[in-house]
Amino acid sequence: MILVRDWRRRTPKGLGLQTTIVAAVFVIAGHANAMETTALQAKIGYCQDCHGSSAQGYRGYLPIPRLAGQQTGYIENQLRAFIEHRRTNNIMFNVAHTLSPAMISALAAHFRDLNPPPIGGAPRELVAAGEKIFQDGVPDANIAACAACHGPQASGTGQIPRLAGQLYPYVIKELMNWGKERGQNPTVPDTSAIMSPVAHSLSRSQIEAVAAYVSYLK
Amino acid sequence: MMKHFRFATAIVAFICLAATSSAGRAESLAVRNCTWCHGGGAQGYLPAPRLAGQRAEYIWHQLLEFGRHTRDNPFSKMYMWPAAANLSPKTAHDLATYFSALPAKAANDGETALIAQGRAIYQQGMPDSNIVACVVCHGPAAEGVREIPRLGGLEYSYLKRRLEQWGQGYNVAAGPPMPHIAGNLSPGDVEAIASYLSFLK
Repeated sequence: MILVRDWRRRTPKGLGLQTTIVAAVFVIAGHANAMETTALQAKIGYCQDCHGSSAQGYRGYLPIPRLAGQQTGYIENQLRAFIEHRRTNNIMFNVAHTLSPAMISALAAHFRDLNPPPIGGAPRELVAAGEKIFQDGVPDANIAACAACHGPQASGTGQIPRLAGQLYPYVIKELMNWGKERGQNPTVPDTSAIMSPVAHSLSRSQIEAVAAYVSYLK
Repeated sequence: MMKHFRFATAIVAFICLAATSSAGRAESLAVRNCTWCHGGGAQGYLPAPRLAGQRAEYIWHQLLEFGRHTRDNPFSKMYMWPAAANLSPKTAHDLATYFSALPAKAANDGETALIAQGRAIYQQGMPDSNIVACVVCHGPAAEGVREIPRLGGLEYSYLKRRLEQWGQGYNVAAGPPMPHIAGNLSPGDVEAIASYLSFLK
């Protein structure tokens, strides 16, 4: 008791107030952090409702792509592409336009660190032909090897996506519709232009073969 | 000799006819067991949902889940567990194919004032509240695909009850995502979605 009284007497009033303010700031910052964590967890749950509980992708009425293990640069660029109407997709526009830049980065970091096995389901008999196209290209049609940009393991880099484990019907849909879905805002040219000639030159059966091959890669 | 031959032919023909008609009767008995509750045209009746036009893979999966007791809401336990207990996989498959091919009528029994709100949630979701758009999995006309059910035109009360049950801890063995999605809907959202769907053809 005496000690306490001593301490009080010896503590200048201003210092006490400062301590209180510092403590209050820490409490508020901690609270804000907890709120951000809750908001991030809720948003992750929302993404995974469609993209799968491990972000492994899901075949709904529409094929919903795998996000697990995806390059952060790719996810961030695509979310911005939906917002800027570079990539047309009404559903993903609705999803993306409410996300803050900080939330986009946090989501991309979360999905990069997941690595569930591929969901499979593609025709196995197409894999060998797909591997040949992916690794060597189609010289006669002047199609470069996919591995040149996406990497020999199809793991991608930066804005170039990982394709390993991606859903068979999703890859087909994207390659078949490339010019109608990507690079749609002429005022904001983007990296999707690199894929345009390739997607255009591949035949339907070549696309199916490549899609089958990458869908089984881990 | 000729007479015997004709007689034998007649017997064979009779046996064939009998076999055909008994197979037909067996099928219709299995169907009859369903339509007692689901309605004569399988258009749904009170708690029993419409089966007509439902996805065959969905009906088949659900029959298996009743048999395994993984679909565990109260009416399922009361009616469908016993009904599915003795179904062979072949009969379950035949029933699923049969009912999915019947023409479906829309129930049209929701609240018309809620259709617009329900359509907005179904088609666009509510991104600010982390509610996904139903259309992504159930299709633009709620027609379903494969084992994902057709929802368009089902009865309002059935749709409402099922949406409520996901959030009440029933059918969790079905796994994600429906328990999570439906568990986050408000009572008003559920009524709006069920109303919208009940009017779809």
